[in-house]
Amino acid sequence: MRRDLPIVETNQAASGASGAWFDFDERLAAHNMDLRAGTVETLQVNVGKLCNQACKHCHVDASPTRTEIMTRDVAEGVIAVVRKYHVPTLDITGGAPELNPSFRFLVREARAAGAHVIVRHNLTVMFEFGQADLPEFFREHNVEVVSSLPYFLEQQTDAQRGRGVFEKSVEALRRLNKVGYGREESGLILNLVYNPVGAFLPPAQEAIEKDFKRELGSRYDVVFNRLYTITNMPIKRFLDYLRRTKNEERYMRKLVEAFNPRAVEGLMCRSFLSVDWTGRLFDCDFNQMLDLPVASELGQTLADFDPEKFAHRRIMTGRHCFGCTAGAGSSCGGAVVSS
Amino acid sequence: MSYYEEDDLGRFAEMGKHRPDLFEKFMAWYQACQEDGALSRREKALIGLAVAHALQCPYCIDAYAQSCLESGSNIEQMTEAVHMASALRGGASLIHGLQTHNSVNKVSM
Repeated sequence: MRRDLPIVETNQAASGASGAWFDFDERLAAHNMDLRAGTVETLQVNVGKLCNQACKHCHVDASPTRTEIMTRDVAEGVIAVVRKYHVPTLDITGGAPELNPSFRFLVREARAAGAHVIVRHNLTVMFEFGQADLPEFFREHNVEVVSSLPYFLEQQTDAQRGRGVFEKSVEALRRLNKVGYGREESGLILNLVYNPVGAFLPPAQEAIEKDFKRELGSRYDVVFNRLYTITNMPIKRFLDYLRRTKNEERYMRKLVEAFNPRAVEGLMCRSFLSVDWTGRLFDCDFNQMLDLPVASELGQTLADFDPEKFAHRRIMTGRHCFGCTAGAGSSCGGAVVSS
Repeated sequence: MSYYEEDDLGRFAEMGKHRPDLFEKFMAWYQACQEDGALSRREKALIGLAVAHALQCPYCIDAYAQSCLESGSNIEQMTEAVHMASALRGGASLIHGLQTHNSVNKVSM
């Protein structure tokens, strides 16, 4: 007999013991593991839900109609933290972060403070009004660009990201290549992200990276540095898809059965701290979308941040965490263990 | 009730309840066959999909369609694999036509 999943998206916080087959903390306990952070190496800032696309798997539910974006005041607070604590890396995401009026301020100031800056750039935003100079802007500030391209073919990419996205993405990649991005000798890093176009796990990162390099090179004369494979999280728009297509239980079982204890050590929540558009703090971008902030005893806003206090903090978990521990693991930097 | 139940695929391990020694030997061999070797996992998954179609096994078709996706193949490549299986099945039938011809010729003037 089938055991139905709960209606709510998260099952329990770290302390809850539900006994359910998708209880992440119980699975960790079975392996004598306790999920705690290390030191905060990366501040990942989600500057808002506004996006020029509305991808079917988006865990942010981002779209052109969303109005939640970070104000200048909050952006200044982010920079103050980067400066004060010498945060090594600022990772800027959204939505399409470039559409936030404070985006270029964040990049310039973080770079001036000595931080490495990563931008989660969706490629097609380059064709929006006032964004045509993004390749030159990225180059000027030596930003690391990370861009989603779920497959090297139009049909799969457009099925996930919208009609016409593949063609625009290829043109954007060519423009990035033209200013030096993705070319080994330039030092300008362009990494791509593979997401499965559906309810299945990603392939081995090294293998699919070879396929992408061969196919994008031969078909479109496009180059890039690394391909990151990222598992689709069973939350928000992708969860809606799973439910609509009656794939939720099958997908969750796939994630749970593929639990890999070796992936736990490299989880991004152990070295990341996530900031939302209002300045609230979360262990990761997924928890942010589920409104599951950092443990309350730490304080939950940018003003409460202190590297010593947040190091070794208890990570808040839910059933979606199985998405990051399945198979080779998944993080904003792709697979966390070699397959 | 259908003879083929989707959930049965996940119950495969129940075949190990009786004569687990034999099942364990099978699983060790089966899993070793899936690993990267002279052929990649992706190539092996496509072979598995083609064989699944030749065998017309619904469990295997479901399992290997997923394996192909999860090893990076796309629907065009998977469809070509199915055509290969189908062409082999068709060719195998057709080549046996010579047996018909032989049989006919043997008794014909």
